[in-house]
Amino acid sequence: MANNQNSDNALVTIRNLSFSRGSRKIFDDISLDIERGKVTAIMGPSGTGKTTLLKIIGGQLTPEQGSVHVDGRHVHRLKKHDLLKLRKRMGMLFQSGALLTDMSVYDNVAFPLREHTQLSESMIRSLVLMKLHAVGLRGARNLMPNELSGGMARRVALARAIALDPMMIMYDEPFTGQDPISMGALVHLIKSLNAALGLTSVIVSHDVQETAAIADYIYVLSEGKIVGRGTPAELEISDSKWVQQFMNGNPDGPVPFHYPAPDYLDDLLAS
Amino acid sequence: MFQLFESLGQSTRESFAKLGRSSLFLLNTLAGVPDTMTRPTLLVKQLFSVGVLSFLIITISGLFVGMVLGLQGFYTLSDFGAEESLGVMVAASLVRELGPVVSALLFAGRAGSALTAEIGLMKATEQLSGMEMMAVDPIKRIISPRFLAGFISTPLLAALFSTIGVNGGHMVGVGMLGVDDGAFWAQMQASIDFQQDIINGVIKSIVFGFVVSWIALFEGYDTIPTAEGVSRATTRTVVNSAFAVLGLDFILTALMFGDI
Amino acid sequence: MHNTKTQDTLVGLFVASGIAALFYMAMQVSNLGSYTGGETYTIIAQFQNSGGLKIKSPVSVAGVRIGRVSSIRLDKDSHESIVEMQIESQYNNLPDDSGASIYTAGLLGEQYVSIDPGPGISGEFLKDRSKIDNVSSAIILEEMIGKFLMNKADSK
Repeated sequence: MANNQNSDNALVTIRNLSFSRGSRKIFDDISLDIERGKVTAIMGPSGTGKTTLLKIIGGQLTPEQGSVHVDGRHVHRLKKHDLLKLRKRMGMLFQSGALLTDMSVYDNVAFPLREHTQLSESMIRSLVLMKLHAVGLRGARNLMPNELSGGMARRVALARAIALDPMMIMYDEPFTGQDPISMGALVHLIKSLNAALGLTSVIVSHDVQETAAIADYIYVLSEGKIVGRGTPAELEISDSKWVQQFMNGNPDGPVPFHYPAPDYLDDLLAS
Repeated sequence: MFQLFESLGQSTRESFAKLGRSSLFLLNTLAGVPDTMTRPTLLVKQLFSVGVLSFLIITISGLFVGMVLGLQGFYTLSDFGAEESLGVMVAASLVRELGPVVSALLFAGRAGSALTAEIGLMKATEQLSGMEMMAVDPIKRIISPRFLAGFISTPLLAALFSTIGVNGGHMVGVGMLGVDDGAFWAQMQASIDFQQDIINGVIKSIVFGFVVSWIALFEGYDTIPTAEGVSRATTRTVVNSAFAVLGLDFILTALMFGDI
Repeated sequence: MHNTKTQDTLVGLFVASGIAALFYMAMQVSNLGSYTGGETYTIIAQFQNSGGLKIKSPVSVAGVRIGRVSSIRLDKDSHESIVEMQIESQYNNLPDDSGASIYTAGLLGEQYVSIDPGPGISGEFLKDRSKIDNVSSAIILEEMIGKFLMNKADSK
């Protein structure tokens, strides 16, 4: 597959990746690059294994074929120790936030610092407050995760993800199930954090409008293949019917409205 | 017919896979135990939720079991004019069998099911996965402290159960039914052997604590991360723990007291 | 959520009470509390039949426990039972013509060895590895009942 991106500047390079769950092929020989300092979005309908891709990049899942390099390291050939070292430099924002429910917001953000650094408590306090301030939740530090709204939980998780000043952050469906205000806050946060901290961001999402507003480059996945790629503007005018259907949200098109089924009339008469 | 064989083969394969996963899980858990020892705060927190919160149910059950033993034992023994042996009967049943076994079963129901549900929900809400991505080993950070706490708590709980049970039996036998106080204790002390009975009872409860904690944590860790999966895993913890405890009890008893 | 201090205290109390319970079982419930742990000496008695006597069965004088049975084995020549007993050293003044009998504590109780101090004609005491000659065997309930029934039948 030809790559129109300059791979010298890529932080993540994926080559010929295949992965399947049971008999279902989730990725079929895909290759893509994620550039340093940019916001790259990976889009596609639900169930196309976008989250799986993030887990493969993070080394939680091992692909059947192909290679994944992050910052020049072959993720799945690293020793456990080196993989953990690499993970400290990757933040991941889970769909649910994945906050530890038995500790307060403050302790959640302090968690990676306490686990991985020998900093004094006063130093940790300053860092935690800085990170919480960055996501606008400094005042919520004493709340427990179950007292937070979904949007707030995600922002706390974001503060935790940037606690160790990672080189990249992976966002798993950051916009799903958010009201317009939290959605706006998150869009703003992702964009400003990327610029302010010099991060590389990977967003996995199916929310076209929000993602297109902040992404520098978009890959569109469907049925294990990359069916479209380019800047948001390029995809807007793509001549692929599939990309058009997805970007505009048409109910029917190359992706049929109906799940594969026997003929409707036959099915009705069969009983 | 072929379908029957197929499903039989499939379930055999699955149980072997599960056995393998659980052994690996145990090894990783044990490997994390030394780390836990260097972080006593984590251990204390788990000792609280596993041990202290089981304290009440264990002591109350121990008291009632001891009282029932006192009552039943008295009626049976008085038929032979051997009421003085009540102390022996109560203490031997508690120290050898009921203490370790009943406290392990109660522990599985009280603490084991809670552990499974907690770990299962942590998995379902991606907390374990999130920890992994923060380069923190969830087995070391979450599982090992809980395992160690369960392992430490069960012998202590069993000892409490037996002690309170013996005194419950004393309360009924001596206090209410008029067995001689001196004979109650003297016969007990003459017949209950420190090594043969007390140490073996403690060994039993250590083994049970090990197995119940292992089952509970593994079922939680291996759960299918849905509401139904967690509820099934919790049920399996209680059922499998009960089987394991009772089965092992037979084996251990045969090894310790029998000549098999 | 409990705060850390009460949690620490409760855990401390729990562990302490658990250990206290273990200690209580050892001292109050089992025979450990009655071990003197002191010196002992061994005396030997040969019984025609040691019945239900077991290792660790008590050895007593006038109802006071002074030691335990330490081994029971069969003498191949005489086909009798040789019982070794460990006696606490403080009871070192048992006359050498003392007798030993096996009794049962109550009808269904356990069997024990009772030492019956002799008149002490020689003025010597039992020493380590001394043998008691004056013995009476365990009373076997079945034998007794059997004899009793036979006598009844004979006298008719």
